[in-house]
Amino acid sequence: MTPTTASTTASAADAAATGADRAAAPALLIRGGRPYGEDVADVLVEDGTISAVGPDLSAPEGAEIVDAEGCIVLPGLVDLHTHLREPGGEEAETVETGTRAAARGGFTAVHAMANTTPVADTAGVVEQVLQRGEDAAWCAVHPIGAVTVGLGGERLAELDAMAGSRARVRVFSDDGKCVSDPVLMRRALEYVKTFDGVIAQHAQDPRLTEGAQMHEGRVSAEIGLTGWPSVAEESIIARDVLLAEHVGSRLHVCHLSTAGSVEIVRWAKQRGVDVTAEVTPHHLLLTDEEARGYDAVYKVNPPLRTRADVEAVREGLADGTIDIVATDHAPHPADAKDREWDTAAFGMTGLETALGIVQQTMVDTGTLTWRDVARVLSETPARIARDLDQGRPLAAGEVAHVLVWDPRPAAEVDPEEHASRGRNSPVAGRTLPGRNRLTLLAGRPTVRDSRLAEH
Amino acid sequence: MKHLTGIGDLDRASAIELLDTSTRMVATQERQMRKLPTLVGTTVVNLFMEDSTRTRISFEAAAKRLSADVINFSAKGSSISKGESLKDTALTLRAMGADAVVVRAPASGAAHKLAHSGWIDVPIVNAGDGTHQHPTQALLDSFTLRRHLGGEQRDGERAGSVDGQGLDGLHVVIVGDIMHSRVARSNVQLMTLLGARVTLVAPPSLVPVGADVWPCDVLYDLDEAIALAPDAVMMLRVQRERMLGGGYFPSAAEYTRRLQLTQERADRLPAHAIVMHPGPMNRGFEIAGGVADGPRSVIVEQVAAGVSVRMAVLFHLLASNAREES
Amino acid sequence: MTADRPGPAAPGGEKTVLSEDDISRSLTRIAHEIIETGHGADDLVLLGIPHRGVPLARRIAATIAEAEGAERDPDSLAGALDITLYRDDLRRSPARLPHPTHIPSGGIDGKVVVLVDDVLYSGRTVRAALDALSAIGRPAVVRLAVLVDRGHRELPIRADHVGKNLPTSRSERVGVLLTETDGEDAVRISRPDATEDEEARR
Repeated sequence: MTPTTASTTASAADAAATGADRAAAPALLIRGGRPYGEDVADVLVEDGTISAVGPDLSAPEGAEIVDAEGCIVLPGLVDLHTHLREPGGEEAETVETGTRAAARGGFTAVHAMANTTPVADTAGVVEQVLQRGEDAAWCAVHPIGAVTVGLGGERLAELDAMAGSRARVRVFSDDGKCVSDPVLMRRALEYVKTFDGVIAQHAQDPRLTEGAQMHEGRVSAEIGLTGWPSVAEESIIARDVLLAEHVGSRLHVCHLSTAGSVEIVRWAKQRGVDVTAEVTPHHLLLTDEEARGYDAVYKVNPPLRTRADVEAVREGLADGTIDIVATDHAPHPADAKDREWDTAAFGMTGLETALGIVQQTMVDTGTLTWRDVARVLSETPARIARDLDQGRPLAAGEVAHVLVWDPRPAAEVDPEEHASRGRNSPVAGRTLPGRNRLTLLAGRPTVRDSRLAEH
Repeated sequence: MKHLTGIGDLDRASAIELLDTSTRMVATQERQMRKLPTLVGTTVVNLFMEDSTRTRISFEAAAKRLSADVINFSAKGSSISKGESLKDTALTLRAMGADAVVVRAPASGAAHKLAHSGWIDVPIVNAGDGTHQHPTQALLDSFTLRRHLGGEQRDGERAGSVDGQGLDGLHVVIVGDIMHSRVARSNVQLMTLLGARVTLVAPPSLVPVGADVWPCDVLYDLDEAIALAPDAVMMLRVQRERMLGGGYFPSAAEYTRRLQLTQERADRLPAHAIVMHPGPMNRGFEIAGGVADGPRSVIVEQVAAGVSVRMAVLFHLLASNAREES
Repeated sequence: MTADRPGPAAPGGEKTVLSEDDISRSLTRIAHEIIETGHGADDLVLLGIPHRGVPLARRIAATIAEAEGAERDPDSLAGALDITLYRDDLRRSPARLPHPTHIPSGGIDGKVVVLVDDVLYSGRTVRAALDALSAIGRPAVVRLAVLVDRGHRELPIRADHVGKNLPTSRSERVGVLLTETDGEDAVRISRPDATEDEEARR
C-alpha cells in the first residue's frame, strides 16, 4: 500500500498540478467583464492568484489585457462526475484528452470516476490518475474512489487508504453500478465519516432494470425497448436518504433524472438529511422521444426521461433541491455507438457542451442567474468534494481558476471539433449559446477563444 | 415507400394499395405457371439473425415467385454468431450487391438502423425486430381479415371485390403476451389505420407500461372481450420461458384458465367471427387444438396469405424503386 | 382503312383525331374483322389490357355477341389481362398497381385469344402480355387488336386489327379517352412544348 501523508494539505494536489507555472505566468488583466453576470469589474491576475477585482483597474507593465466586454466572469467550473476512461479505456478517452475537453468546457477541475480498468479502488490507482492529471495540466484531476472492491458490490474497498493517499480522495462511488446492498451502503456511509468523505450513489435498482434500455413509458412501449422504470431510481434514493439520516452521514445522489427523485430529495432536505444531488446537462435538455430513431448516441444511464421529468429537474435545480450540475461525461469509441441500440454502450460526452446547455435551459430562460451558475457548476461541487482551492470566490487572494464566458455567440455543435476522443455528443447538430473566451488554471490560460492554449 | 421497417412507414392509402396488390398476387398464384418475371435480375438477401424458419421460407418463396435471386444469410454458423456486428454484415451485403434486405433480428430497431444508418442503401424489409414491429405479419393478418370479413354481404355470403377497402367497422380482439409481441404492436397500428377497432386482452403484467395511449382498449378478461361480440379473435403465442425468470404469471394452468381460447369460449363468438394465430402455436396453451383446427380458424390461410403479401411488399419496394440506370 | 394523315399538332396544342363516332365505327369494324377470320365465337376470347384495353374488349365482345346471336353472353367472351408484373421496365418507372386479371370461365387453352389495347407503340406491352398469357394457358392462336397504331415499334410485333394508323413523332402524345374510364370517347394528339418534351424523353 502506498504510504500516505495525513498532513497533505487540501490544495496540494492542485498546487502540484499548476504551481510550477505560476511564477512564470505573466500578469493578466481581464477587462470589462461582469463577474457572476453582475456589475462590470476588472479582474487582475498575478502570479497565479487573483490580485484585485474592481472597476477600471490599471494593468501593470507587461500585463496581457483580455477584453472581456459583454462577457461573464465565473470561477473555473468543477465537474463532480467525469469519466476519463484511463487506465484501461484509452480508446475512448485518456486523462490528457479528457482534461483538454474539460478545459474547453471551462472546467478547472474534474472528478474522475472509478470505473476504469483496473478499477480505482486502491491508493495506487488513484495516485496514478492524479499523476496523469498533473502531467496533463489542463485542469485539476481529483480521482473518485470505488466504494466496493472492483465495483463488485460485495465488500468495501480500502477507502481510508485512498483518502489518505496523495490523491486525497473524498468522493467514493461505484458509478455505473449501484451499491444496492443496503447493509453495504450503510457501512460505506458510516465509514467515510472518518475523513469527511461522501458516497456518491448511482441510484439504480438492479433487479428492476435487468436488460433495461430506456425510460419505461409510452415511447419504450411503442418502440419495443425494455423499459427502465423511474421507480428503479427513486426507490434507491428513498432508501439511501433514510440510511444517511439514520447514520448521520453525507450522501450525494448522482445524475438524478426523474420528477419523483426530485420530490424525494426535496422531502429529505426538509427533514434535514445531509444529502446533495446532481443533474446532468442532458437530463436538463433531452427526453426519451430522442430514442425513436434508435440512434444509440441517446442511450445513457440513467436514461433520458419524459418532458415532465425535464421540467421537474429544471425546477429542482432552480429551487436548490438539486445542488449541482455534473456532466457524467462518458466518451465511447464510435463502434460502441454505431450499432443496434441493445448492444450499444451507455453514455454521452458532456464536458464541452455543459455550460452551453445550462445557459440555454436555465439562464436564457430566466430560471437561474449567472451567480446561480457559479454555485451549481463550481462552488457547490467543490464544496461537496472538499476541493479547497476550487469553486472559490472571485476575490483578491484566491487562486486564479477563472472562466471568461461570452454568452452572446451561438454555434452549432460539431463533435469533430471536440477535444474529447468521444464523438458521442447528444447535442451534435444543435445550436448552443456561449463561447469560452478564456479559461485560467491558476492564472495560466488553458483556453483562449474556445481553442486550447498549448503549454 | 422506400423501406418497410414498421407500420409507421405506411399511410392508409399505401396500406390498402399493398393489400390490393396482395390480392393480385394471390390470383397469380392460382395460375398454371406461378413464377412471375417481375424481379428477374435482382437479389434479395434474407438476413436472419434470429431463428424463424416460417418467416424466412415465406419471404424466400415470395422473392422466388417474383424471379428474384435469394441469398439466405442466417445467424447460425455465420459470422454473426461469431460476433460480427450488424454494421459489418450490412457492409458485406452491400459489397455483394444486394438489391433489398429482409431482416429478422433480436434487437428492436435493427431494421430501422439498417434503413437509416447509411451502412447500406437498399430497401429494407423488417421481418420482425425484437419486441418492436413485424409489419408483413400485420399486413397478412389484415389481408386475411379483409378477405373474410370485407366485401358486400350477399345472401348471407360475402362477395364482391374488396379492393380499395379498409377494415372499417370491424372489431378485432388480440389476446396474449402483448408486452413482448411485435405482432401486437404492428397489428394495433395497422388495424386502427385501416379503421378497425382493436381490443387487447392480457394479464396486466404482460401489458407494457405506456400502452395507455395506444389507439385501442385493454382488457384483462377474455370472457369480457368475447361478450363484446368481436368479428375476429387473434391469439398470440405465449412464450413459456417468460413464466420462469420473469414471473409474468404464476402458472400455465392459471394462464389457460383465464386466457385460453377454449371451444366453449369460441362457441360464444358471433357466427361469422374468425379465429387467427400468427404462429407458431402452443396447442392446448393459448388455444385449444379443436379451435385451431375448427371451422372458424383461418390460421392456415394466414400462412398462405403471407407469401402473397410479401410478394406485394417486395414488388412495391423493388419495382417502384426507380433508379438511375443508364 | 383511313389514310388521311392529320397535320401535326401545334406545340402545346391538342387535336382530336378520332371522335366518338369514329371510335364506334372502328370498333365495329374490328369486331367484324375478328368474326371474318373464320373462327366461331365459341373459340374466341377477347382479353383487354388494362387500363383502357378492358372496356374496348368488352365493347368489341358486345358487338360480336350481337352479331352472332343472343345466346352468347359478352361476359363469357371478354376478360382482362394485367401485364404489370410482366413488364421489363419496372425498375425504370414508378410501380403502378397491378390491375385484376379476369379470364372468362372457359379459360384460354386451345382458344383464339385476341389481345385488345388502346394504343400500340413500342410493342413492349404486347410482349409482356404474351408472357402473362403463357403463364395462364396455351391458346391455339393469339391475335392483337388496337384502337390506334402510332408507330415507333421497338420489337417485331404488329397488330392484326387496327382502328386507325396514326403516324406520330415521338414527342407527341396520343391520348385515348373512353366513356367507361374518362367520361367521354375521343382520341387526341398533343404536342408538349419543348421543355416538357425533354422531360418526357428522360
